[in-house]
Amino acid sequence: MTAPYLDIEGLSVALREGARLLRRVSIKVNPGEVHALVGESGAGKSMIARAVFGILPNSIEILEGRVALAGEDLNAMSQGPRRSFIGKRAAFIPQDPLTALNPSRRIEPQITDRLIHILGMKTNEARARALALLGEVKIAEPERVLRLYPHELSGGMRQRVLIAAAFAAEPRLIVADEPTTALDVTVQKQILALIADMQARHGTALLFITHNLGVVAKLCQTASVLYAGKVVEQASVRQLFEKPQHAYTRALMAATPRYDRPDESLKPASPELLAALAREVADTDAAWLKERHHG
Amino acid sequence: MADARAITVRTGPRLWLSGGWLTLIALAAIFAPLISPHDPLAQDLMLGKLPPAWIAGHEPGYLLGTDSLGRDVLSRLISATRPALIVAMGAGLAACILGSALGLLAGFFGGWADRIISRIVDIWMAFPPVLLSILLVAFFNPSLQSVIIAIAIIDWTRFCRVVRAETMQQRRMDYVESARAMGRTSLATLFREVLPNVLPAIIVLLSLEMGIAVIVEAILSYVNLSVSTDQATWGSMIAEGRGIIYQAWWVLVFPMIALFLTVLAFSQFGEGLKERFDPVLR
Repeated sequence: MTAPYLDIEGLSVALREGARLLRRVSIKVNPGEVHALVGESGAGKSMIARAVFGILPNSIEILEGRVALAGEDLNAMSQGPRRSFIGKRAAFIPQDPLTALNPSRRIEPQITDRLIHILGMKTNEARARALALLGEVKIAEPERVLRLYPHELSGGMRQRVLIAAAFAAEPRLIVADEPTTALDVTVQKQILALIADMQARHGTALLFITHNLGVVAKLCQTASVLYAGKVVEQASVRQLFEKPQHAYTRALMAATPRYDRPDESLKPASPELLAALAREVADTDAAWLKERHHG
Repeated sequence: MADARAITVRTGPRLWLSGGWLTLIALAAIFAPLISPHDPLAQDLMLGKLPPAWIAGHEPGYLLGTDSLGRDVLSRLISATRPALIVAMGAGLAACILGSALGLLAGFFGGWADRIISRIVDIWMAFPPVLLSILLVAFFNPSLQSVIIAIAIIDWTRFCRVVRAETMQQRRMDYVESARAMGRTSLATLFREVLPNVLPAIIVLLSLEMGIAVIVEAILSYVNLSVSTDQATWGSMIAEGRGIIYQAWWVLVFPMIALFLTVLAFSQFGEGLKERFDPVLR
């Protein structure tokens, strides 16, 4: 058993006004492993990604818990060293390729920036590497694309550029936040295949955030199911699909369209389940508050 | 840079007309001593209040007539382009740099920096601008320099508000966050990721501000608080023409036309630039 590369331990996060957003989340991603983070909108998936990179909005504070990368506790570092520590080891593939590339800069510096900044490469070295990366993400005419502005590329192309940029500095962990949600359905499949291919080739650990269980089954080895900021189930993907333990996981699967059983698919969660979930969350909070006041 | 963006550009006559007029004014300012037909300060009381060249009673060589002291109106108009453009550029740039810098700081860092800067802007904007500028110039002693300082001190808030709002919008963009997550310093992120996207708005505002600066200078000249009287300005020409409007309307009307066209050209130039860059950037 190797040590996990990303180790989130008991992370609780809340709005400064009080509402709790993450409830003692623990997630471990081993080196080279693809871990899925599944849950409905608003469950706190993106919040976890932001907490890893230390880019939570100012209105949100970390109440407790530990985020460790490569065995080092990130909270123990001061901001400057922490950012460069993370920058060398982890990268982010954002959800929306439209807002993730700076519209007023060419593609080249947006890929080479981190090579020059993080790895200390020279300009032409970084350029050669960027060309190789664009080839790897199957962009035709990479020399031409390097000179373009983001608005001259299609959404799929931009996401390919972002994937190339994420893998550029050879990070050991990549966090992909619903990388296909903003794309056309026909492009989604290609981008997923590309991410899987790049991950396998580089052996990078991947934390894959999604609400699409079909993608989880194809791409990931382990998974955490998140509901209202609480991990309700954590298992290998095989186990998750064969024997889902938590009622919410089963409901989530029942709500996924399936080709083979069109009649049974797309069942909404029952009111009883929602009530039970609300109770579970309330119980967790009550227990947590009690513990905090006594401890 | 322009080559890649020029694809979707639809250019109206606005940019070329306003740019043409501003170029003409700039050339007139640079070559003023060479192209003006007379010395703008030379008085000849025998030739006072001569009408423009298309009205009976004119003298050859005085295309736009003369004022009550017999000074050539055209030469004075040309000579006055210098203080007008110096103030437009000096005050415009100074207000732009001061306001944009504070706006970037407030918008990017938020928190107490934003609170302090925004409160100062609110208070600043409550002062009547023309009155404040008159006070300031009187305090600094009237000169071109103090006019520039006064306009910059008054009008930086215009830039600060807009730049702050644009910066706040930029700050939430993924590329800004990823630059920060990458380990870049705030200042580097600000200059590389935020500023280039805020720049179009700054350029449009700058062009508007230059027009405003020309007007404020004219107002200060009109109340005799700008440059000394041995330099012709459009404002002082208007002030002189006001007294003799029934005998020699041209002394008042031509500087007004020059002022009007220049201010219009500045604002239209800004609009034209916006039109040109907006479809691609937004």
